[in-house]
Amino acid sequence: MKEKLTEIRESALKAIDTATEATLEQVKVRYLGKKGELTAVLRGMGSLTPEERPKIGQLANEIRESIENAISKKIRDVQTKALERKLKAEKLDVTIPGTALPAGHIHPLTKVQRDLENIFIGMGFQVVEGPEVELDYYNFQALNIPENHPARDTQDTFYITDKILLRSQTSPVQVRTMEHMKPPIRIISPGRVYRSDALDSTHSPLFHQLEGLVVDKGITMGDLKGTLETFAKKMFGEDTRIRFRPHHFPFTEPSAEVDASCFVCGGKGCRLCKGEGWIEILGAGMVHPFVLSNCGIDPEEYSGFAFGLGIERITMISRGIDDIRLFYENDQRFLNQF
Amino acid sequence: MNLSRNWLSDFVDVRDVSDHAYCDRLTATGSKVEGYETLAEDIENVVVAKVTAIERHPDSDHLWICRLDAGDRGHDIQIVTGAQNVFVGALVPAALPVAKLPGDVVIKAGKLRGVESDGMLCSFGELNLTAHDMPGKEENGILILDDDLADKLGTDIRDALLLRDTVVEFEITSNRPDCLSVIGLARETAVSFDRPFSVPTPKVNGANDGDKIGNYLNVTISDPDLCYRYCARVVKNVRIAPSPLWMRMRLRAAGVRPINNIVDITNYVMLEYGQPMHAFDYQCLEGSAINVRRATDGETFRSLDNIDHTLDSSMLVIADGKKACALAGVMGGANSEIVDGTATVVFESACFNGASVRVTAKKNGMRTESSSRYEKGLDPENCMAGLERACELVELLGAGDVVDGVIDVYPSVKPLTVLPFTPARYNAFLGTKIPEEHMVKTLQSLGCTVKDGNITVPSYRADLACMNDIAEEVVRVWGYDKIESSRMNAETTLGGRSAKMDYELETEQQLTGLDLSQIHTFSFISPKSYDKIRMPANSPLRSSVVISNPLGEDTSVMRTTALPSMMEVLARNNNFNNENVRLFELATVYLPHENPNELPDEKRVLTIGMYGNADFYTVKGVCEAILNRGGIAAEFTAETENPSYHPGRCATITAEDGTYLGVLGQADPRMASNYGFSQPVLIAELAFDEIFAHVKLQKTYRPLPKYPATTRDFSFVCDEDIEVGAIEGVMKKAGGKLVETVSLFDIYRGEQLGEGKKSVSIRVTLRAPDRTLTVEEADKVSKKILNDLKFKMGLTLRA
Repeated sequence: MKEKLTEIRESALKAIDTATEATLEQVKVRYLGKKGELTAVLRGMGSLTPEERPKIGQLANEIRESIENAISKKIRDVQTKALERKLKAEKLDVTIPGTALPAGHIHPLTKVQRDLENIFIGMGFQVVEGPEVELDYYNFQALNIPENHPARDTQDTFYITDKILLRSQTSPVQVRTMEHMKPPIRIISPGRVYRSDALDSTHSPLFHQLEGLVVDKGITMGDLKGTLETFAKKMFGEDTRIRFRPHHFPFTEPSAEVDASCFVCGGKGCRLCKGEGWIEILGAGMVHPFVLSNCGIDPEEYSGFAFGLGIERITMISRGIDDIRLFYENDQRFLNQF
Repeated sequence: MNLSRNWLSDFVDVRDVSDHAYCDRLTATGSKVEGYETLAEDIENVVVAKVTAIERHPDSDHLWICRLDAGDRGHDIQIVTGAQNVFVGALVPAALPVAKLPGDVVIKAGKLRGVESDGMLCSFGELNLTAHDMPGKEENGILILDDDLADKLGTDIRDALLLRDTVVEFEITSNRPDCLSVIGLARETAVSFDRPFSVPTPKVNGANDGDKIGNYLNVTISDPDLCYRYCARVVKNVRIAPSPLWMRMRLRAAGVRPINNIVDITNYVMLEYGQPMHAFDYQCLEGSAINVRRATDGETFRSLDNIDHTLDSSMLVIADGKKACALAGVMGGANSEIVDGTATVVFESACFNGASVRVTAKKNGMRTESSSRYEKGLDPENCMAGLERACELVELLGAGDVVDGVIDVYPSVKPLTVLPFTPARYNAFLGTKIPEEHMVKTLQSLGCTVKDGNITVPSYRADLACMNDIAEEVVRVWGYDKIESSRMNAETTLGGRSAKMDYELETEQQLTGLDLSQIHTFSFISPKSYDKIRMPANSPLRSSVVISNPLGEDTSVMRTTALPSMMEVLARNNNFNNENVRLFELATVYLPHENPNELPDEKRVLTIGMYGNADFYTVKGVCEAILNRGGIAAEFTAETENPSYHPGRCATITAEDGTYLGVLGQADPRMASNYGFSQPVLIAELAFDEIFAHVKLQKTYRPLPKYPATTRDFSFVCDEDIEVGAIEGVMKKAGGKLVETVSLFDIYRGEQLGEGKKSVSIRVTLRAPDRTLTVEEADKVSKKILNDLKFKMGLTLRA
């Protein structure tokens, strides 16, 4: 009997080994089924002596167990192979483009405006807005530009009435802010401004400005330079340097035009900077005491600085855009690039 | 302002400084250089030569063979010329090979009809000169040089004709009218390079013949508020002639056309001293008197350029006993112009009120060199110096005899500005450590007196009026580049945007996430745009803020709606054949105040526009996305009366409290076709301010459901006219508290349903917060829903 069992084991393991997915079940039934070979042998246990019975019983169980193990291992192998075949068959061409999940585009002017705002917000500036249709008083008079002042020539203005105009700069927002806010003041005012320039590749009767204003005790021109230097580095890269050139604005004194080292050539001279190594980026200066006192702030106690830049200009030089009209044509092919 | 460096050398010597270095330094100290031009750079190897012999060309009836003496450059040079005005003994400019002439012309030796020509004789045009530069010289022939060059044979023509110069173009800001002059810029140059600077005092000998100015003229100023000073001198026995070469060449370098000695002197003094001058023909002044007065309303005046003007009492005129002879500070009159026969001249050197000159020039549409100087505010102290300089030049040029005596009407001399000298304060304000001595030196070389802690400001620097002004003078000469960057040593402030700005930002992000791209359009539109979008004739939105001086009609009114701008951009994209365009704009509209002296109401609107792969439900989906994100419960109701929209495909959006939030739909095909569209265009106009007012900025958490939901699906066949919204409304109400959502999942139309019918399938989700609903409970709700639908709307379940 022992021999018989051992024989069954040998032949079962052999059968399992050679079985396929399709024949495995038959093998299982043949050896382990109710009418299987092992069961048949066990049925003959009755003829054994009581001493032999537990030994043979134990052996039979061991053999059953090893056959079962062999079968489940075979099943796992077969399944693994089948899965591998399936996965191989499911291979995709990964070079085919992904499913389009279209998204729109933020206008480049907005993108640059938000970037500028974020830099100054990080330095403690609040973003404020004001009306675009503005009183002459806020746009000019309060800013030290009385009626018939020649400085009005540089900003040809659209008028609604004698007293109401389309603001030619965002500076009126500074005046309005100073009128109701006490120092410390740190604001930026982005927005649309209007000048009666005919539309061409470099001029637009409407464009966007961002102006900044700081008023507090002990503010120096060095602080202005430091603030603008930080801004320029954040905006154009850590290696950027800035340069102040004396200039005149009626609402600041001293005033400066500010250049940044060319971020294309680093100052060596190239097409963008026209060989100069520098690009004019903004105008700035120390707030004129007349403007401060006009807004009810004592210039003996407080000082401050202001600066202003054109968002179109910054966008054009930083994005390589050579025609201002593109911003207002809104060609989808243009917008898609940003 | 164009500055001749030759002229500059009369007052300050910086001849050792290169043009480039000069321009850089002046820019750095505040006189911005736009560029510079080296004159006559394009002329080479052209020399003074004398014609020694002429003979006819053997094979030509118009060419001449000239023999020339060009000193060191050759005593017997043969040049063939086609000009007919050369003669033996004539001094001419000869271009000797290889010579260069303006316009990239290169002159080489060659043969003309077989005869060797070793160069070319030049006309003044070929040297880039004009008939004004070379008065009396023949334009179509060779330039015959003046005899005083007879001992200059072989000399470079650029030296002989004083053509060599560098012209520096400055951008002078409006606060520095003193720099609109050679002397002013010489002073800046001297300060910038730390060089000595001096202006010689003009010296006039006078005729000394017993004749006095009192015999000629009496001047009164009737309106001293507009005329601060009026100086005049008379020149008799005037000999009108061309100015000498040196004067013509300096005027030319400055960009002024030489005319004749008297006119040139007035221009020369204006450029040199910055003092506008005027010369009257004395014969034309009636009554031997000049009165500086306001014009009378309606008074007529013909200016030098022969244009008639009607004046008013805001304008100042220089009048004789009877009539206006000049518009003060702007232009002289045709009635007193200097002409060839002028025998006696009155030179005027005056100071007028800048604002008044500006208004006068503007009203009469004639800005002149003179008016643009006066309007910046000139120095009355400069009048007499300018006048004396003019008379000195008259004597130097032999242009006439200066009558003894000067008229100087100067009603009120303005005291000089005195400011405290506070060096520590300047440094504290600038953030610098400029030594006090440097400050004093700078201020002194600018013409200030620094004494006993005070600064006395010279009269020509009216722009220096407060501490900041002095600080600027000190630091611009010290060097802006020496200001060290610092961090603000100030109170901490909180940076950020307002909640509304943040919401705008989030909305922009959301919309781009929904495949819409952002646009920016002009705020001004054509008034015709309102017709184009079919706005009703009686719409209050047709009343706009109107620009009084627009660039053109297309940009003449401030928009009250951003729809036309959106339509134009869509149309442009359509013309570019861009497919599937989806755009949005966060725009401002301007609603006029009923009182035109009040500012308009500026409101934010969100316009959406799309065409291509989109329909009504696409644009509605975008609107719903915005509302849902803001937690706004809004109702969409059919709108049939908005002419911009398809009457059957338009909805207004209303908040629960009844606030109007916007309108959306398909553009009326007639409106769309106004913009060239034949396919559907979808648009929405949302009242952004109102939407923001309804946004739930702070959201609170509701616990997630603990018990499962039960769903029931219903399908009805109904008339097309019945709105799904109405069915859903009835279902919600009938279902009561247990209804969690009612949502449409299918609409079917087909032949078997019959025309004008549709099948609507709606799923109702029921849930109780505190228990699992039993089948009986759910059935009870279903039954109530069906019941209500039957009795309220006549709907029954689809068989």
